[in-house]
Amino acid sequence: MERARCIEMMYPELEEPLVVTIMGAAAQELYNLGHRENFFYLQHAMGLASSVGLGLALHRPAERVIVFDGDGSVMMNLGTFATLARYRPKNLIHIVFDNGSLLSTGGFDSQTTSGITDIAAIARGAGVQEVVSVSDPVAFGEAFVAAMERDDLSVIVAKVSAVGPEVYGMDLQLRENAFRFRRHIQGLDRGVGATP
Amino acid sequence: MTVSYDNSKTIFEGIKAAGIRSASALPETWLGLLLQRAEDDPDFDLVQVAKEEEAIGIAAGAHFAGTPHVLLMQNHGFLAAINGIVSLAQLYGLPLCMLIAFRGHWGEPYPWHTRGGIVTEEVLRALGIPFEYARDPNQVARQIREAWTFSQSSLSPVALLLTRELMED
Repeated sequence: MERARCIEMMYPELEEPLVVTIMGAAAQELYNLGHRENFFYLQHAMGLASSVGLGLALHRPAERVIVFDGDGSVMMNLGTFATLARYRPKNLIHIVFDNGSLLSTGGFDSQTTSGITDIAAIARGAGVQEVVSVSDPVAFGEAFVAAMERDDLSVIVAKVSAVGPEVYGMDLQLRENAFRFRRHIQGLDRGVGATP
Repeated sequence: MTVSYDNSKTIFEGIKAAGIRSASALPETWLGLLLQRAEDDPDFDLVQVAKEEEAIGIAAGAHFAGTPHVLLMQNHGFLAAINGIVSLAQLYGLPLCMLIAFRGHWGEPYPWHTRGGIVTEEVLRALGIPFEYARDPNQVARQIREAWTFSQSSLSPVALLLTRELMED
């Protein structure tokens, strides 16, 4: 299963949810489908995408929040699963794309390579109630639809191959992304939607 | 040494008077009474993290959400959060209002706190984070309000160091 395919499957459902993605391939693959004002690309600070998502979810309970994480990133912040479980925001979906590789920095093996470390088991052990691990597109699609319909915190671990886009680059400055993402969310209060 | 009950109350009331109703924190001795108040207050949201760097992400999320948010941590927690401060808050121009228990400095009896205390100010300077010292309970509410205001106008992390003078009786 390819991560790009998973993101493509979700994309039509990502018009309204607040989406926070990790750096590198995941960010690029989402951007390549077409940037939206409700997307925030965390191009550094590895590990913190789920924490940003938690901060959003707790303070915007009426909005659906979706985090794209990776095995390399989430390994840098395993405590996040315990904090997510403790506060259990019902509007948060935490998707961990596990490609068993530090792909964006040269494809080094990660702790999850060859199934040594089981991220779904870590999430369950941390106390997250709704955790699923999937490795084919149909199962991923079903897990995503179920999470979207569920009124509870969901973690989806998606086993994907270690491939990414051939070209990287965005016509979007980091601060520009942050300012516009915030402005979009403030606009939700006024019911005006995205700021052009 | 006992943690100041009155000044913990004054700090919490100062946070609320600044219009802040949300905090992320990792418990530490000097912050204990303050966090207890935050937890017991039905009008206040407290997120306790497993490691302080998480709080930088949560603060970013709160900022995007438009909710005034403060971070409460020990200086060693600040040291543990540096990559998030640099590569999230500073990189993206996000404000952080950090109230930091300044352990390991003048009067510190515990050896394990000392090295972190000695380097804290220099690390703050190296990172270009403006900071002030909170020593006087009559000034601390104003200092919190000013720290908050400055974080918002500068879109930068700012730190208010909670000193022994303020935190211990």
